[in-house]
Amino acid sequence: MLLIPCPFCGPRNESEFAFGGPVKPDRPDPNATSDADWVAHLTQVPNPLGPVQERWWHVRGCGTWLTIWRDTRTHDIVEGPADAG
Amino acid sequence: MVKYMHNMQRYNVASLIWQGLNKHKGWTRAWRSPPLKDRYEVIVIGAGGHGLATAYYLAKEHGITNVAVLERGWLGGGNIARNTVTVRSNYMRDASIPFYVKSVEMFEGLTDELNFNLMHSKRTMIDVVQTYPKMRELRRRQLTMDIYGSTYRQISEAELRRRVPALTGGGPDARLPVIGGMVHTDAGVNRHDAVAWGYARAIDAMGVDIHQQTAVTQLIRAQDGSIEGVETARGTVRADKVVVAVSGHTTTLTETAGLKLPLRTMNLTAFVSEPVKPLVDVIVNCPDSGFYFSQSDKGEMVIGGAPDMGQSFRRDIKQHVFEDTVTAMLSLFPSFKRLKLMRQWGGHLDIAHDASPIMDQTDVPGLFITAGWWGGYKAIPAGGLTLAHLVATGRPHPLMAPFTLSRFRHLDYVMETGTTTAR
Repeated sequence: MLLIPCPFCGPRNESEFAFGGPVKPDRPDPNATSDADWVAHLTQVPNPLGPVQERWWHVRGCGTWLTIWRDTRTHDIVEGPADAG
Repeated sequence: MVKYMHNMQRYNVASLIWQGLNKHKGWTRAWRSPPLKDRYEVIVIGAGGHGLATAYYLAKEHGITNVAVLERGWLGGGNIARNTVTVRSNYMRDASIPFYVKSVEMFEGLTDELNFNLMHSKRTMIDVVQTYPKMRELRRRQLTMDIYGSTYRQISEAELRRRVPALTGGGPDARLPVIGGMVHTDAGVNRHDAVAWGYARAIDAMGVDIHQQTAVTQLIRAQDGSIEGVETARGTVRADKVVVAVSGHTTTLTETAGLKLPLRTMNLTAFVSEPVKPLVDVIVNCPDSGFYFSQSDKGEMVIGGAPDMGQSFRRDIKQHVFEDTVTAMLSLFPSFKRLKLMRQWGGHLDIAHDASPIMDQTDVPGLFITAGWWGGYKAIPAGGLTLAHLVATGRPHPLMAPFTLSRFRHLDYVMETGTTTAR
């Protein structure tokens, strides 16, 4: 179980959160981007052996969305949320 | 008669008696530990199910035996040792079902072919259905499966409880009452170690080199961009064709060649109970509750659950994922409350964007991948057969043609989300 640092509630159990997926680059304008880049945006996510940036929703708590860096080898949260909301 | 029979020590009753009379001193090693050469015709990275099977069919079907199988740990110690050995073909798409039907068929003949007892037990899988959307989805699968000769049949709740007497939960007052079941008679289980060892012994006898404790750290590309070989912990090994069959670490390796793939790596949980007397004679799958189990020949309940949500390269499991699975299981099988759980473990495996496998030559000429095997155990024979065909001939085998990388280029997904534990 991860202990996720919520900016409003403090460290809370992972079971209070819903997983929002890894952070992807901003959605490009499909009319202004190449086919290859558009397909890459739709189908690829970062899959690092190491820290990955991901979104979590404190749905069974205060309801905020937050972003953390979590190491996929250890589950250590290497960088806490700088954002909230 | 296949040619590897000549120099492979056969396992049978006669050899057992003969060795017994000789105090069992005549058994030979099942495979060699050969010196690492600096060049091979084909390098297969990963001595798991798909790597070994690919090497086997390269040798057997195409006569290509100048092959090295490189393994970071020990042979058959990755996901082939960590899955729950279910072999089935109840998939959803026209592209998928024939492939898995072929694989199930191949598994049934593999014990004879490899001269290694896989202890294949074709014992049927029964789905316990608790919601109407899931029942509709399974009946939709049944119609497509009928076309390709796979079997799926709906049964009533009463028949389901007769076939699975341990199913005493999920009554009319439950949050999710059991509404019926689906029976898949083609499904079976077998022994995962035997699959790895059987293929390994056969390829060794045909002259393929298996190198354990040989971690590949980097893919090497030539000036023209094609694959040139691999860097390993024991030195550089060159080949014009390299097959990546490493499950969860596919992207870790392909990124060393500058290649990005629509895969992400996740952790899946399994655990086993203490052995008990025969209680359940089928594989039980509960898709609405998110767990499945079968009873091993030893009597242990082999139980699998849903994946951990985030990406993970770990091989242990999170306690709450484990607890959630147990809670769901006890709601349908309350008598399991008294079972002691003996072992729990996880494995990291990669899943593609559309939850179907990827078998293809990549944009790096000579670099092949077999990846996205979420539930890849059942696909080992057909996966090896079809990938070997592609590597040897340069053309995709008809059964694997839908699973190429180019499907993403055309956004032509083979969507199998929901037919595996990926839910």
